Amino acid sequence: MQTTFRELMTALHGMGFGGLLLLAFSGALIELHRICAPERSSPLSAWERRFLRRYLIATAVLAWGAVLSGAYIVYPWYRARLPQGVVDLAGYPQRSLLASTATSEWHNLGMEWKEHVAWFAPIAMTMVAYVFIKYRSDLTRNRPVRSAAFAFTVAAFVAAGIAGTFGALINKNAPVQGGALIKIMGETK
Amino acid sequence: MNSHRPEENPAATGDDAGAEIPNGAAAAAVLSAAAGCFCVSVFGLLGDAFPAIARFFNFYNPTGPLSGVTTTAIAVWLVSWLILSRTWGGKSLPMGKINAAAFVLLALGLALSFPPVGDLLQGK
Repeated sequence: MQTTFRELMTALHGMGFGGLLLLAFSGALIELHRICAPERSSPLSAWERRFLRRYLIATAVLAWGAVLSGAYIVYPWYRARLPQGVVDLAGYPQRSLLASTATSEWHNLGMEWKEHVAWFAPIAMTMVAYVFIKYRSDLTRNRPVRSAAFAFTVAAFVAAGIAGTFGALINKNAPVQGGALIKIMGETK
Repeated sequence: MNSHRPEENPAATGDDAGAEIPNGAAAAAVLSAAAGCFCVSVFGLLGDAFPAIARFFNFYNPTGPLSGVTTTAIAVWLVSWLILSRTWGGKSLPMGKINAAAFVLLALGLALSFPPVGDLLQGK
């Protein structure tokens, strides 16, 4: 069983940062909903508020990790220029997708959308974490502020969902691969 | 009927007791975040429409114009956050209007990030 360095980094970007981020949204949305609807939910204890503070910071960190690893590690491999004379498109995912009308929209729509909309998530979640840290329990007295925090968390979730879904589907159609071979277990043939 | 639930009365939880915090800091954070998201889409659209702008945004060659689009949008977000925080920090503002402006920017940003909308605006 082996993989390549680029495949490993792509997995770190998509499954490590991106996958964990999408999972983290479920917890963040549920806890923020508790704050947004105090009349229908049990109130957060001081310990839960401290936990949520750390949780929201971790969510923002995951979002930054996802976009930065995507833009500066994986994306350069994805959009690598095809050297003259090279006809094997295996190491050039963008060229590979654009070579056929059956797959070109994965780049023209999917990647073009994903590469921009994904950045909404870290910006929004940084703001949400800041607001939660700054206002603490005062959020329950400040409905417009908590509504904004919840709406931006939903928007960040949608943005991360779009980016994650297209990322997975694009990588299925034209995987980022290459670089040093990494043996995980077993014999290398 | 007891209307004072612990969350509604911070003193009851022993955490964050005190006067209400003015909403200016939140307003600054919300509006600047929306502006940052909007700028990601607008700069991306401009880079797509004008090759000269795409070249300007090419801060890091392996990543291409995306590097400049996002770096500049982040700079706009952080600088606007700093300025608005200093201006609004200790004030209480009509948060409903600020939220409305932020949601419009966020929705426009989301719409403009969708490539068919960008293509339509460019007449492609």
